[in-house]
Amino acid sequence: MDFFSTTIMKIVGSYGMVTTFAVLGIMTIIATYLSKNVLKGRIDPSALAVIMALILAYIGGAATGGKRGISDVTFFAGMGFVGGGMWLNYTLIATAYGAKLEELKKAGLAGGLALVVGTIIAFVVGALAAYAAGYRDAVSLTTIGAGAATFAVGPVTGAALGATSDVIALSIAAGVVKSVSVMILTPFLAKPFGLTTPAAAMVYGGLVGTTSGTSAGLAATDARLVPYGATTATFYTGFGCLVCPSIGYFAVLALTGG
Amino acid sequence: MVIYGLLIMSGCLVVGTFLGMCLGAALGISANVGGVGFGMLMLLLVTRKMQDKGLMDSKTEQGILFWRAMFIPVVIALVSRQNVIAALSGGWLAFVAGLGAVFLCFVFIRPLTALAGESSLDDDGTKLPAE
Repeated sequence: MDFFSTTIMKIVGSYGMVTTFAVLGIMTIIATYLSKNVLKGRIDPSALAVIMALILAYIGGAATGGKRGISDVTFFAGMGFVGGGMWLNYTLIATAYGAKLEELKKAGLAGGLALVVGTIIAFVVGALAAYAAGYRDAVSLTTIGAGAATFAVGPVTGAALGATSDVIALSIAAGVVKSVSVMILTPFLAKPFGLTTPAAAMVYGGLVGTTSGTSAGLAATDARLVPYGATTATFYTGFGCLVCPSIGYFAVLALTGG
Repeated sequence: MVIYGLLIMSGCLVVGTFLGMCLGAALGISANVGGVGFGMLMLLLVTRKMQDKGLMDSKTEQGILFWRAMFIPVVIALVSRQNVIAALSGGWLAFVAGLGAVFLCFVFIRPLTALAGESSLDDDGTKLPAE
């Protein structure tokens, strides 16, 4: 028995990516089966697979106390590699193949405007929530507002302004909540809110940002929308890093008087 | 050749990321601003041009289509490595800030999309497989 388990761990250790493809394949089989037979097609298999992945991420985090979900469990370490930035960007690039340039051009302006509106929405909601929680200093309000934009912008802003580490941690948590809820909610909210066309997807990518959240959410909604949403979403984090610690901070400073 | 498809993708991603870093540096932040977005636009333009000149054979296309089909599995792997515990441990403040922002964003989809005029996803045989 001991030989058995150590041998399996050895194989998984040297074939990390290969076993991950097997795990992903099995998850897809289960998701497709549940979607067709149990849920009668009410939830798309991709959306179901995303929810299953979130549960795995929770189990991984709870079991190991790590920060990288299920990939902190040795057996699933390959998930961290396949789900890392390199493969996300490489496959994301491929989704642009077959996308319509005319649609991208048509919604370019609306997508750019959405970028500005989306950053303002997230920043204001985050800062207001922080205010309601009792924070009154401009640095903390700005940092948490920036975190509500994306979990990458929060720490960048916090570090630039000299926020305390608990405020930075809170800003990251707000960003992660946003990203995760985009992944879960998008397939359910897409239709009622008109997220069905390439132009709407570009606007959506600009509004919510988080390239990973947007692409996962759109993949679970209608994979054909991914390239349009992702194109604008990739500008969001950079834009947020630019405006939150500068214009955003000055605006908060002016409103709070310090 | 299948590898030509991968060459196109790699080239676009690398050059796009380089442009994104340059834009970031020009703006005074050490971040990649829109790198993958630039890469996606480049891939779209390059493959369109190649198709027009008849340089896009089916093997090259297969190289790209394989990775396009791998996008959803990669996303599932990505989701499974999220720090869900951190999201839950931030308390109500993190939830109100994160969820509130998402809901408000959905409300703005329709009015902003109206600016773009007619847009549709008519099927032209490029539909992605569901899984």
